Amino acid sequence: MTSTRTAPRGATGAVALHGVTKVYGQGEHAVLALDGVSLDVAPGEFVCLVGASGCGKSTLLNLVAGLDRPTGGRIGLGEAHPGLMFQEPALFPWLTVEANVEVPLKLRGLPRDERKARIAELLRTVHLADFGRRRPHQLSGGMRQRVALARTLALDTPVLLMDEPFGALDAMTRDILHDELERIWSERRLTVLFVTHNVREAARLADRIVLLSSRPGRIIWSTRVEVPRPRRIDSPEIATIAAEVTDRLRTEVGRHGQ
Amino acid sequence: MASDMLAGSARTDAEISGLDALEIAGREQGPSRLRRAWAALWPKLAALALAVASWQAVVWTGWKDPWALPGPAVVFADLGDYLVSSALWDGLATTGRRAVVSFATAVAVGLVLGLAVARVKVLRAALGSMITALQTMPSIAWFPLAILLFQLSEQAIFFVVVLGAAPSVANGVIHGVDYVPPLLVRAGRNLGARGFHLYRYVIAPAALPAIVAGLKQGWAFAWRSLMAGELLVVIATRTSIGAQLTYARELSEAPRLMAIMIVILVLGLGVDAAFGAVDKAIRRRWGVLDQAGD
Repeated sequence: MTSTRTAPRGATGAVALHGVTKVYGQGEHAVLALDGVSLDVAPGEFVCLVGASGCGKSTLLNLVAGLDRPTGGRIGLGEAHPGLMFQEPALFPWLTVEANVEVPLKLRGLPRDERKARIAELLRTVHLADFGRRRPHQLSGGMRQRVALARTLALDTPVLLMDEPFGALDAMTRDILHDELERIWSERRLTVLFVTHNVREAARLADRIVLLSSRPGRIIWSTRVEVPRPRRIDSPEIATIAAEVTDRLRTEVGRHGQ
Repeated sequence: MASDMLAGSARTDAEISGLDALEIAGREQGPSRLRRAWAALWPKLAALALAVASWQAVVWTGWKDPWALPGPAVVFADLGDYLVSSALWDGLATTGRRAVVSFATAVAVGLVLGLAVARVKVLRAALGSMITALQTMPSIAWFPLAILLFQLSEQAIFFVVVLGAAPSVANGVIHGVDYVPPLLVRAGRNLGARGFHLYRYVIAPAALPAIVAGLKQGWAFAWRSLMAGELLVVIATRTSIGAQLTYARELSEAPRLMAIMIVILVLGLGVDAAFGAVDKAIRRRWGVLDQAGD
């Protein structure tokens, strides 16, 4: 049972999971959260992880983000330090919008002038150029999540990990943020690993949808979404794919009811 | 296709700014500053007037002789004399210096102790409950020991004030660090903050409101201990406010005694209000305080 983060291959944005296992607790009370998850994400690919409760989706992202260590298996990221976004914006309430975005830039040791330029550019990217001096509590939920996105982008990482980032937003705001995320993803050629339980959202965004089983989390199915972009969440093609994923998900959930 | 994309993104831009404008509208309105200040002030003034009136009423009943319980008019007249006397300002200088030095020491001790206990598991197991136990000890109960150790000196007062205030400050720090939202810590770590930087960028600012609450409580204990100390440990050459209170009782100068009490009360209130203002400013910045609800 060894775990290693593999040797650098350069920050290409590729993510490779090989037999990743995670056990919480020890002895009798040990819980197997992830069981031999292997997944190769190509540079620039948008992968949505879909699963019911208890499938270890968030555990998986924590492992890839390096916030937790796998019990077994390997996670290869090259030299990339992935950026992680949560369902909550997790902004620092004591800092203005600008200062929030500045934190990763400061931690990376960028000089002041460069930081100012980067902050302005990032806030323009998420359409918040006029809100830099506000504090998070003065913004709406969707705006806060966009600040969080700008702050994560400030890491200049090719890999973006997103843990149900739009789960707490209303449908209209979510639709708009899908468009925004798609634009930023393609402009910056990001690799995105996106966790959601909303299958329509997955079909709307993903190049590939990966379905995880629950307790323990295993990859049980995956499909490519061949619908050309730009997509609309209410289009029939998306609905067809979402219906298929939902069927598979229900079968998986039903397995636990017996 | 390309022009489709372009038109699409221009539309999205308009939608985004429209949605932002709608969601933010009408958030920052409230009564004027002056009106709010008055709304907060007048009940306090009314309560004060009522208290002075009751005092006068008790004096008029003749329950105690006027040499023991003087009325408000006599006391306020004496307070006027006292405010322009050098006795007050000398006393304030001595008491103020003691307060500042001993409180600053208590804050330094409390911060270091609190941070150590919050970080190190063994220290928490060993000292966590002891700090709370120290807090429950009435500070005046330390004075006999302090006087044995340091005789009737300023050191005895410092000793007791620091012992009284430092546990509150330490508890504030421990509380603050314990209750930093784990999500913010995870976000901070993901953004590249480790070790010292995690404390500097996330934990210290997140804990600040609790630390200020600890400072405020620590000050309340320090001020009580200091007054108790000055009443007990009278040093003839240094006429502190507390010592003057003792002299006033020994000489049966009731109006002066009550004038000094009013000075002590106002000083305590003033510092408390300053801490309150800092606390409020922080909570407003953190977004914890409802803009209209204060």
